[in-house]
Amino acid sequence: MTSETDDSQESRLELRGITKIYPSVVANDDVTLSVKRGEIHAVLGENGAGKSTLMKMIYGVTKPDAGEMKWEGEVVNVENPAHARSLGIGMVFQHFSLFETLNVVENVALGLPGNPDLNQLAEQIAEVSNRYGLPVDPLRLVHALSVGERQRVEIVRCLLQNPKLLIMDEPTSVLTPQAVRKLFDTLRQLADEGCSILYISHKLDEIQELCHVATVLRDGKVTGDCIPSEETPKSMASLMIGKELPVPEHNAPVELGEVRLQLNRLSQKSDDPFGTELQDIELEVRSGEILGIAGVSGNGQQELLYALSGEKPLADADAIVICGQPSGRDMPDLRRRNGMGFVPEERLGRGAVPRMSLTENALLTAHYKDMLKNGMIQFDKIAEFARQCIDGFNVKCGGEEHAANSLSGGNLQKFIMGREILLAPKLLVVAQPTWGVDVGAAAFIRQQLIDLRNEGTAILVISEELEELFEVSDRIAVIAEGRLSPVKQLADTNIDEIGVWMSGMWDQPASVEVSANA
Amino acid sequence: MWIRLERRPEASHLMSYASPAIAIVLMLIGGLLLFAFLGKNPIEGFKVFFIYPLSDLYGVSELLLKATPLMLVAVGLAVGFRANVWNIGAEGQLIVGGIAASAVALYFQESEGAHVLILMVIAGCIGGMLWAAIPAFLKTRFNTNEILVSLMLVYVAQFLVSWLVHGPMMDPDGFNFPQSAMFEDSALLPLLTEDTRLNLAFVLALGALIVGYVFMFRSFAGFQMQVAGYAKNAARYAGFSARRMIWIGMLSGGAMAGLAGMAEVSGPMGQITEHVSNNYGFAAIIVAFVARLNPVGIFFASLLMALLYLGGEQAQQYMNLPSSISNVFQGMLLLFLLGSDVFINYRLRWKKEVAV
Amino acid sequence: MESSILSSILFATIVAGTPLIIVALGQLIAEKSGVLNLGAEGMMSMGAIAGFAITFETGSVWLGVLGGMAAGALMSYLFAVVVLTLMGNQVATGLALSILGVGLSAFIGKPYEAEILPTVGTVRIPLLADIPIIGDPLFNQQILVYFSWALFGAIFWFLYRSRPGLVLRAVGESPSSAHSIGYPVIRIRYMATIFGGAMAGIGGAFLSLFYTPLWVEGMVAGRGWIAIALVVFATWRPFRVIVGAYLFGGVMVAQLFVQGSGLEINIPSQFLSALPYLATIIVLVIISRDQNTVRLNAPVSLGQPYRPDA
Repeated sequence: MTSETDDSQESRLELRGITKIYPSVVANDDVTLSVKRGEIHAVLGENGAGKSTLMKMIYGVTKPDAGEMKWEGEVVNVENPAHARSLGIGMVFQHFSLFETLNVVENVALGLPGNPDLNQLAEQIAEVSNRYGLPVDPLRLVHALSVGERQRVEIVRCLLQNPKLLIMDEPTSVLTPQAVRKLFDTLRQLADEGCSILYISHKLDEIQELCHVATVLRDGKVTGDCIPSEETPKSMASLMIGKELPVPEHNAPVELGEVRLQLNRLSQKSDDPFGTELQDIELEVRSGEILGIAGVSGNGQQELLYALSGEKPLADADAIVICGQPSGRDMPDLRRRNGMGFVPEERLGRGAVPRMSLTENALLTAHYKDMLKNGMIQFDKIAEFARQCIDGFNVKCGGEEHAANSLSGGNLQKFIMGREILLAPKLLVVAQPTWGVDVGAAAFIRQQLIDLRNEGTAILVISEELEELFEVSDRIAVIAEGRLSPVKQLADTNIDEIGVWMSGMWDQPASVEVSANA
Repeated sequence: MWIRLERRPEASHLMSYASPAIAIVLMLIGGLLLFAFLGKNPIEGFKVFFIYPLSDLYGVSELLLKATPLMLVAVGLAVGFRANVWNIGAEGQLIVGGIAASAVALYFQESEGAHVLILMVIAGCIGGMLWAAIPAFLKTRFNTNEILVSLMLVYVAQFLVSWLVHGPMMDPDGFNFPQSAMFEDSALLPLLTEDTRLNLAFVLALGALIVGYVFMFRSFAGFQMQVAGYAKNAARYAGFSARRMIWIGMLSGGAMAGLAGMAEVSGPMGQITEHVSNNYGFAAIIVAFVARLNPVGIFFASLLMALLYLGGEQAQQYMNLPSSISNVFQGMLLLFLLGSDVFINYRLRWKKEVAV
Repeated sequence: MESSILSSILFATIVAGTPLIIVALGQLIAEKSGVLNLGAEGMMSMGAIAGFAITFETGSVWLGVLGGMAAGALMSYLFAVVVLTLMGNQVATGLALSILGVGLSAFIGKPYEAEILPTVGTVRIPLLADIPIIGDPLFNQQILVYFSWALFGAIFWFLYRSRPGLVLRAVGESPSSAHSIGYPVIRIRYMATIFGGAMAGIGGAFLSLFYTPLWVEGMVAGRGWIAIALVVFATWRPFRVIVGAYLFGGVMVAQLFVQGSGLEINIPSQFLSALPYLATIIVLVIISRDQNTVRLNAPVSLGQPYRPDA
């Protein structure tokens, strides 16, 4: 790559006036962007700003409605991803484009042109993964890989085609802090070899650490270009969201009350062949505290939440004690009656029925609060309750008769939160409270959680966003491979330690200490 | 320029009602083409099919008579379909209901009084429910696909009734014809008006539609089933029992199909033969879909479907066409409906050229 | 004497299993791409009548088989348009296709009900057919029996050894991933669905041209449904389709032999006729008890509509 004669300052990729309109939203509006050779170029913006749409257009997954794309000085019209790859553009998706029941080599082969020999390909994979510090076993099935390994497969798949431009869509959301650093080393090595990198993120500190240049998007429009190393998180944030990042007020700890949730050696085999087995999970959540559980996605969070909510009841009633009541075998509605509220990660299709009105969605969990008479629904009462959720939690919508799927992610999350909170739970379990939610709504939701704790509710938050957990939690623990780490007071730990724990290694330092003492 | 589909921001209520109308129009066009293709006069065919059957009061009463089992079965199935419980073996459940009711009728041959009919209604429902309970049990216990099991049981039911009318239920004085003795008057449903064959079952069917409507749109159990149909995971999140819904869905379909079977043997047939059902169990599936699983719609869709049946008979009589032409119309109707349903969530757009 | 009965049972079993193999393998390909077409019964019926009518009019069995194939393909194309382009519900559309196919075939077939075609002779493979007992049933067979074996080999190679097969499996596993790395998901599903329809058509034509050979309304008699059940039973693996199909063939034949043997068995014939359907239920129960195997092998996106966002 060093033998190229053209000026290294010349643009590799130039976008001019790119516009993409969806029926309900303008995803990209007149976006202009230029990436140089060997440059790590950040595209910064919050959820829904249009970053992913822009990248999909560069990669040929979707087509722009207007605008021009120049690749190495020539106007191109990227027909499809195969075309993009032949130009030298590779992409690592946020939600990986991998096939679980196929092995690594087959997955890689599917992203390559022609009909590569699988044995040779396995060798090539080993070689590339060594060179860039991305260890993967070519013959393993993808469903047996951790999230981090899957990402490596995606990257290796791109690298095998010697890309000139690599697009990384929110690559660090699934990684431990340590793995993020390793990934950055790999990306820097690639950039040094002349490969350009488009790095999509909403995390300001990462962009400052890694990227040479940043383009900021807001509501589909470019709001500015900057050099991250010359900016402060504050100044970039104001470009990104138009104001300063709100920080929730975390009052001093309130006095702890009774134990509202107790897990006693909770173990469960997953009935999903690709799932994680829960092993001997123990914890306690008391009235007036927020316990955060961190972890890399796919380490048993789903299974734990299904067990907690009762969507997959356990065989052992005593494994879960809710407000003093052994509940392991209870169905979700019974747990709700015993005082537990639950906000799941998937809002559409689990927390709410997409095609049903907000009124009907309120009935989904509020039915036991005097909403029925002789098995018949009292529609006026439930509509009144839905209106309370909407008004009390700033839900922007056309009214309680509108369907859940007409709301934005943030507003639907506020509605579901409102519904669960207005049912006055003694214990609230929340998964990924602000996943995919815009910054304003996220701050609102976090503040609601803290207020609820101050009123004496016990809260368990399971999240993959460490920053979020450090913002709201009183105590924190980590789940890894279906096991739970010891629980620590937030003040007694830091992001680095929790990061190490996220790869399951909370036993090691302790054992070192023991041997040192001995 | 190309036409392409574009997702609507919110589902169109208008289209969800317009789509069955579009399907009916497309079916009529298809029918006219079919007549033309067969060398028949399409206008004549249309008249024979859709006008003649309704030309007198007797025709209308026959229409209501044919619509009766369709309403019953369709409303029962719709309860399950709303929760994605796919009972497609109503044909078999109808047969078994007919068998059970016939058994009661033949057992009480000597007896007078209303208890015979009441027992027949109960027996019909229970017969259909028993047949539907098999796929329900296998689904809840072993997670066995209810579509295939309920369908296989249709064939089994057909062999069962065939055996019965060739053996235990055969009319001893019937010259070895495969049919039972004619039922006594006490085992026949009372006629609503003289000179027609329309009977009390029609009133029962209207009642079933009303009960079905209240269940689906007013009761919490109906709400739960709708949630499960729209979003299985949301139903689980809320704690609605999937098993219970499978049982309710299957048994309501079975009970109504069994009742329809009873109404057939105790109404127009007056005995049991191998041909208890006239494909009503399958036609009712189409009725349920065309009606958008809504009892009000089921009322009208049943009339339409019944008209197709009568039209088929007329076409056989006057145009020398096989009566299976009604099945062709039925299949077309459902296929067109499913196709035009796309416009509920999508709309057509002219594809613009990408500006380069 | 003993051995001749054995070999004729074997012969009949293989013949009875053959349409199931052809239809089920076709559906297996469609299902591997993520499309569940419950219309097999209708497509087979159309294949049967088209095959019969064309052979009757032209005198050529081969034109008949081709015609059956075309009829099945056409039906599945109709299904594909509704399900893939218009995103109709796959279960309901499949049902509609079955109802339409059964009705339309009865309608078209009315004039042919009383007709009979000459029996098509078997094709004898020299030497192999001389093996005692199994030689005749295996190697002196209808040509479509050999076709079903070739089809198995081709599909096995296609799915597990060829790149297009890998792509097909990938599409059925995760259409959104396949789309995002640039595969034309809808087009691939169209092709797989139409292949399934074509095979169902051939299976139907086999019934009316080789098996009976005549046309009766409703002659497919649930074989389309059994073939769909067979794919589940085989947990989407081609070899198990073969095993399962012959198992069913055996059950169907056993009842014919018992009925025809004149043995004094006091079972009504209707009970024996119901056996294949009961057997289907039983194998479905057996296989669905093992949910892990089903889940590991079932195409993940089976029956789910997919539409790439523009």
